[in-house]
Amino acid sequence: MAEPVLRLDGLCKDYGEGLVLSGLSLDVYPGEFLTLLGPSGCGKTTTLRIIAGLERPTAGRVVIDGADVTGLPPEKRPVNTVFQNYALFPHMNVFQNIAYGLKVLGISKSEQKERVMAALSLVRLTGFERRMPSQLSGGQRQRVAIARAVVLQPKVLLLDEPLGALDLKLRQEMQQELKSLQQKLGITFVYITHDQEEALNMSSRIVILNAGHIEQIGTPEEVYECPLTLFAADFIGQNNLLHGTVTAVSPEGLSLEVNGVTLPALPNEVFSPAVGERAALCLRPQRIRYGREPQHGMTLKGTIRSKEYVGGMQHTQIALGGEVVLNAVTQSAELDSYPVGSEVFVGWNRRHAPLVPDAPKEAV
Amino acid sequence: MKKHSFGSLLFIGLVLLVMYLPIAVVIVYSFNANTARIPIDFTGWTTDWYAKLFEGRSGFGDALLLSVRVALWAVVISCVIGTLGAIGMARRVDGKSSRLDTAMESLMSLPIMIPEIILGLAFMVVFNAMGIRGNDLRLVLAHVTFCIPYVFLNVKSRLVGMDPALFDAARDLGASPARVVRDITLPLCRPAIMSGAFLALAMSLDDFVISFFVYGAGEGTLPIKIYSSVKVGVSPQVNALCTLIMGVVFIAVALSRYLSSMRAARQRRLERQIRAA
Repeated sequence: MAEPVLRLDGLCKDYGEGLVLSGLSLDVYPGEFLTLLGPSGCGKTTTLRIIAGLERPTAGRVVIDGADVTGLPPEKRPVNTVFQNYALFPHMNVFQNIAYGLKVLGISKSEQKERVMAALSLVRLTGFERRMPSQLSGGQRQRVAIARAVVLQPKVLLLDEPLGALDLKLRQEMQQELKSLQQKLGITFVYITHDQEEALNMSSRIVILNAGHIEQIGTPEEVYECPLTLFAADFIGQNNLLHGTVTAVSPEGLSLEVNGVTLPALPNEVFSPAVGERAALCLRPQRIRYGREPQHGMTLKGTIRSKEYVGGMQHTQIALGGEVVLNAVTQSAELDSYPVGSEVFVGWNRRHAPLVPDAPKEAV
Repeated sequence: MKKHSFGSLLFIGLVLLVMYLPIAVVIVYSFNANTARIPIDFTGWTTDWYAKLFEGRSGFGDALLLSVRVALWAVVISCVIGTLGAIGMARRVDGKSSRLDTAMESLMSLPIMIPEIILGLAFMVVFNAMGIRGNDLRLVLAHVTFCIPYVFLNVKSRLVGMDPALFDAARDLGASPARVVRDITLPLCRPAIMSGAFLALAMSLDDFVISFFVYGAGEGTLPIKIYSSVKVGVSPQVNALCTLIMGVVFIAVALSRYLSSMRAARQRRLERQIRAA
C-alpha cells in the first residue's frame, strides 16, 4: 500500500482521571473513508481532537503526510473538521462562513469567490450565499459546515458525528451524499460515529474503539462477518453470543460446551483455543436454519419457544435446552408452519459462526 | 384586551401619580416666573430659566462638559479592561474553573456591591496619599473602577452562553488565537459590550457620592453642581436643567424602543420569507 497520509503512533491521553486513550496506533491511507466507531466515552472524539490539534496527547505522535505535527497548533495543520453541531459562525452569512479559512490564508477576493462558489455548488447550496446560519435548516447547515471545511482542500477531513443531529430520513440521504462527495473529492475522511449502521454503510474501513483502545480494524464486511473480539461481535449488528468452554479439539473442529449444550465450532487464524479455554461463539440470527431435517449436517435439536412477525421478517426464539436460547431471523417469504412448542433440527454453516475469546463480563 | 375593574384602575392611577407627580412638579416649576429663592406660588409662564442656563455664567455648561468627558473616558477604559478580563477568564472555563478563577470573578464584580460611600472615601484617602491631584484623573480613575463590573459581567455571561466549538472551528480553519478574538469573539460580544457600555455610561453620568468624595479643587461634575446650587434653595434654573435632562433621556429611550421594534419586525419578515421558500 501507499504511504499513510495520517499516522497515529501510540497516542495516550489522560485528563487526570485515568487514561482516555491507551496507546492508540493507526495508519490511514490516501482516499480512505475511515470510521472510528465506538460507544460514547470510548475516546473517539478525543482521538479526532488530537488529530485536529485541539487537544494535546499525553504521549504519542501524530504524523500527517510524513511530517510530525504533534506539537503544531490546529491552525498550522493540513486537516479540517466538520463539527458535531456544525459550529457555523452566527454573525457571518453562508458565503463569509465558507470564505473564512481562505480569507485567513490571505487568498485574493476573486479566488475566494471562485472557490466558495465551487464549494457551494458541490454541496448543492448555490443561491444561499447571503443567508445567515439562523435562516438555514439542519441539513443545510450541515452542508455549509462541510463546504467550509473542504474549500481549504485539507489532506484529511475530520467529521465528528456530523449526522447526529439530523432526523432519520435526512441522515440516510446525507450518508449517500457524503459518500459520493468523498469519492468525487478524493479527500481522506476520518469519520466518527457511534451508529454502527452508518459506519457499515459508508466506510471503506472501520476502527472499532472501546475504552481507549482498538478492538478491531477492518472493512465493513470483515468486522461484520469476522469479529475478532467479543466486544466487536456484540457491538456490530445482532448476534447470539454463546459463552462456553472448549471440551474437545480435533482436526475437523472443536466442541464448545455452553450451559450443558455442546455446540460445534471452527477455530480461526487469530483464535484457536485449547481444551478447557473459555470462548464465545458469535452466531448471526439470519445464519440460523431450522426444519424437520438436520441442517448443515448438524444434529442439534431445539424447541420453538416463540414467533414474532416484525416488519417483513420473522423473529423466532429456539430453545436448545436449559438456558441456551437462540434468536433466529428469517425472511417472511419463507414463513415456516411449525407451531410454537414443536421440535426442530437447528443448524448453521460453521464458517459463518466465528469463535472469539470470552472476555470477563465487566470488560464488555 | 382585558377589562380592568374600577378599583384596579384607581390603584394603578394612584401609584403612577405618586411616582410621577414630583417629576411633573419639576417640569412645571421650570416654567414658573416666580423669582423667589424658594418658589411656591405659580406666578406665570416664562422660559427665562432655560435662557439663563445657556448664558455661560451659570457654570452648568462646564459641569456638563466635565461629566461627559469623565463618563466617556471611564466607559472606553472600562470597556477595554472589562472585555479583555471576561475573554481571558472565559478561556480558562473549559468545564473546570479553579478556585482562583472564582475568586477573581467575585473580585471583578465586587465594586458594584461595596457601598458607594465607602468606595468614595477609599478613593479620596488613596488619591490624597498618592498625591494624585488632577481633578479629571481622580474622577476617571474612580469611575473606571465602578464601571468595569457592568461591562465585565455582561460580556462574561455572553461568552458563557457561546458554543466553544466556534472558537475551535476558527482555529481549525487556520486562525491564530489573536485572530479568533478579532474575528469571532469580539463581533459576537459586541451587543454585550454595547449594553455594558451604556449601563456604565448611565452610572458614570449619574454618580454623585463617589464623585463628591473624589473631586478636588474647582467645579464638580453636573450632579455635584446641581447639588451645590440647591443648597441655598431650589433655583428655578435647576428645574430647567432637570427638565432638559429628562427630555434627553425620554428621547433616547423612545428611540431605542423604536429601533428594537424595527429590528423585531425585520426578523419576523425574514422568518416569513424562509417559511414561504
